[in-house]
Amino acid sequence: MSGSWALPVILALPLAGALLLLLLPEVGDAIAHVVGLVVTGSVVVGVLALFGSFDIGRAGRPQLELDGDWIPAIGVRFHLGVDGISLPLVGLAALLFLLCMVHLLRHMPEPVRPRALIGLLLLLETGVLATFMALDLIVFFIAFEVVLLPMYFVIALWGGERRQHAATKFILFTLLGSVVMLVGFLVVGTHAGTFDLVELAGRRGAGMPRGVQDAAAALMILGLAVKTPVWPLHTWLPDAHTEAPTVGSVLLAGVLLKMGTYGLVRLVLPVVPQGAHDLAPALAGFAVIGIVWGSLVCLVQRDMKRLIAYSSVGHMGFVVLGIASLTTIGVQAALLANIAHGLITGLLFFLVGALKERHHSSEIAVVGEGMLGQTPYLGSLLVFAGVASLGLPGLAGFWGEALALFGAWRPAGGLPAVWFQLLVCLACLGAIITAAYFLDLLRRTAFGPVPSARRLRPVGEARVSELVAWTPLVVATVVIGLYPRIVLGLGEAAVRGVLGVSA
Amino acid sequence: MSLVQHVDGLALAPPTALALTAAAVLVVDLLVRRRRVELAVGIGLLGTAVALVFVAVLARGEPRATFCLTAHACSYEADGFALALQGLVLLALAVVLPLLTGALRDHRLPPGEAVFLLLSSATGAMVMAAGRDVITLVVALELVSLPTFVLVGLRPGDPRSAEAALKAFLIGVVSTALTLYGASLLYGVTGSLHLDLIAEGLSAHRHDPLAAAAVVLVVAGFGFKVAAVPFHFWVPDAYSGAPLPVAAYLAVVSKAAGFAGLLLLLLRGLAPYVGTWGPVLGVLAALTMSLGNLLALRQRTVIRLLAWSSVAQAGYMLVPLALHADAGRKQMQEASTATLGYLGFYAAMTLGAFAAASVLARSHGALTIEASRGLVRVAPWTAGVLVLSLASLAGLPPGVGGLVAKVVVLRSAVDAGYTWLAVVMAVNTVIALAYYLRWAVVALSPGAATERPFPPARAAVGAALVAGAATVVVSVVPQLVMRAAAGGALG
Repeated sequence: MSGSWALPVILALPLAGALLLLLLPEVGDAIAHVVGLVVTGSVVVGVLALFGSFDIGRAGRPQLELDGDWIPAIGVRFHLGVDGISLPLVGLAALLFLLCMVHLLRHMPEPVRPRALIGLLLLLETGVLATFMALDLIVFFIAFEVVLLPMYFVIALWGGERRQHAATKFILFTLLGSVVMLVGFLVVGTHAGTFDLVELAGRRGAGMPRGVQDAAAALMILGLAVKTPVWPLHTWLPDAHTEAPTVGSVLLAGVLLKMGTYGLVRLVLPVVPQGAHDLAPALAGFAVIGIVWGSLVCLVQRDMKRLIAYSSVGHMGFVVLGIASLTTIGVQAALLANIAHGLITGLLFFLVGALKERHHSSEIAVVGEGMLGQTPYLGSLLVFAGVASLGLPGLAGFWGEALALFGAWRPAGGLPAVWFQLLVCLACLGAIITAAYFLDLLRRTAFGPVPSARRLRPVGEARVSELVAWTPLVVATVVIGLYPRIVLGLGEAAVRGVLGVSA
Repeated sequence: MSLVQHVDGLALAPPTALALTAAAVLVVDLLVRRRRVELAVGIGLLGTAVALVFVAVLARGEPRATFCLTAHACSYEADGFALALQGLVLLALAVVLPLLTGALRDHRLPPGEAVFLLLSSATGAMVMAAGRDVITLVVALELVSLPTFVLVGLRPGDPRSAEAALKAFLIGVVSTALTLYGASLLYGVTGSLHLDLIAEGLSAHRHDPLAAAAVVLVVAGFGFKVAAVPFHFWVPDAYSGAPLPVAAYLAVVSKAAGFAGLLLLLLRGLAPYVGTWGPVLGVLAALTMSLGNLLALRQRTVIRLLAWSSVAQAGYMLVPLALHADAGRKQMQEASTATLGYLGFYAAMTLGAFAAASVLARSHGALTIEASRGLVRVAPWTAGVLVLSLASLAGLPPGVGGLVAKVVVLRSAVDAGYTWLAVVMAVNTVIALAYYLRWAVVALSPGAATERPFPPARAAVGAALVAGAATVVVSVVPQLVMRAAAGGALG
């Protein structure tokens, strides 16, 4: 092993916490919350230290690398590192896990088993962080798989009425995706003779004939598209998001989906550039169908949780469209939209969870009008998150999607520009419908007079513990909305590297 | 050629130690009438440990060979391949023997006879790994199989046990006959029984239909032992009729012996005919895993689920043997490394699952999957081992060992140009996850007040923890298994 031990230490924190909670029954439920907060808090501190020691001038290269043999018999190396693409996602994940722990302090879902739930979430955090840090295809795959069982159990044990169905669908779909992706990795490994991502990215597909690249790219994209999800492989998502407990939905939308789009950028674009180029028009097409489809389905949703779940399909469509443009601006926009969606949709799921707790339902009709009148904090936060999600300029959601469209309007050389321009027009239509259904949602919940029945039985306002968990998301949404350069600048050099474009 | 063969005692030491232990168990059991179970199992474990020491000693030195016809044609070789498999057999025995104590007591089985039969069969497995001529392999196959037929039928007064034994016996005998017939054809074509000489002879007869028939017959015989489709019919009945530890033995040691023989025959003796058997094994692998997984989906009892899962797993292990006609020496080495490696991971996780099932059988009486509800409350550590083993079998973290095993096998399929087989296997792992997961969820769910006819047997819990610890170790350091497997590469 050679290199910095900073990343493995950060990974070891949640892993140790998870093992402590899951393996030692004597460790009471009482200290589970303390362990959860201390561990995720330390991870945030550690990630802040990463940002501090990160050399922005060299953001295009992986930094803080650790590299060593792990399974030399099959050429697998334990290779970790972060660059300008992965570091923001590491930060997003660390933040959301800490906020979930804060949320759990006062909002433990039934059945109350804090030790198990927090242990599983910490295991999940290990897998998520490792996915964003992995620089070896097989290590990436293993980390990608680590999240499956913990998330399965979070949905299956703490979910809503149809939790078993949703959890099974989630794990079978995503496993199918990831195993197909693995076959793609192995095709790459067979022809390139290495699984090392830095090495593979440096070669940019040299030595792999076009047919091989196309096959490998198809397998990898197919696998990652399930996770992202790209239409028509998205059907697991609405069920999983709707049935999962609040923390599960937040983490699914905020972090897990990003693993799919991150994989597209980190693996497909640099490792099999020719294959990515050949498949980009089709990928963009599916992404735009997802945008339009997702927004149309949202128009007729009666359940808020399901509505937000479907809105994710649309938002991730923009991210994938940006990536498929294969332009620096498009991919950068995609990474920004990734972060923005994590923050905003995380906040939305927190809010819907709070409403569900108060009304015992997330049906729009049950929640009813007049939130702003009766519970001004809850109501205004919902309005904020809603307009942020529909892409109001000045908030984080706007830049990513606008720039993704901008990038796709002039796709990389060799891609059919007319096709992409047609897709951009359709995507704009989707954006308009998105604005329509979010405004309609707000009209039917936040605005309007307080119903008379509700006046007699008032609904609780947002509590301090809730506001503590939500405020960082609001602040980050505003800050990134005003200074998108924070993320765009960090990613620029790395994105050029991934696309093989000289600065 | 000298009439007196030089025999290398050290090379033969591991199986000899085990055989002598088997005899000692039988004699001591006749003479001492008190604490018979502990005594028989204790002596068995001691002998296993001694044999393991011999394997370790041999592994440190140069490869040895004995019973040599010429300097290059020896019937018994203690090389990396043999020692890796012998080590695997002995480590598995160290888990199966303690498991056996509970079954011996609960079913009132004759302890001396049971341990004797188990050790005899294991001796056969050890010889199989080191045998380098067809006769040695066939004799070893018989030595592995015959005691297991008796062991399967050991539960007195249980008609299902007797039926299972008969079924296994009949199918076993037919398959041995096929192997023998194939071996005689091979002798007819090449004039030799030694694997390397057969390979030389076959290189000279590239397109001999007789030789091709021999290849098919020999593969069929060993297909029975590894429970490959279509020679798998005996498996569910035998597993559910046999005492649980015996089923564990069949799933791990006996299957490992079958793979040892299959690898030796295919990669050393029949290598020139890889164009004949490679594609056939690809199809067999696909059928075996698909059928095993689909039928495992429907099972309601733990033991039948494990039986069908072991059929499916055999399918995965056959995948690396799917080779094209142009496969060279390096690819054959990689194929044997992949199969051996998978076998190593498979042994750890399968023993964990069987050991947990043994604990379950005692503490819950019935052996339906539903009966394991609430196991996490009754025996939290056993539940942990069970979930870890099932995750490994499914190939999902935290069972990283099982996942690496799948990667190794898939990689060899992709390397060999069998991408379709890799995709079939990918789909199969998804099917398999459904039933492994169902069981894991039941075991982890808080159960209703469960009946507990017996407290969990301590020996069984201990065996489960050992298997669980082994699974953890190979998950963190997969290289341990892969190094041994690579050291034992054939070709």
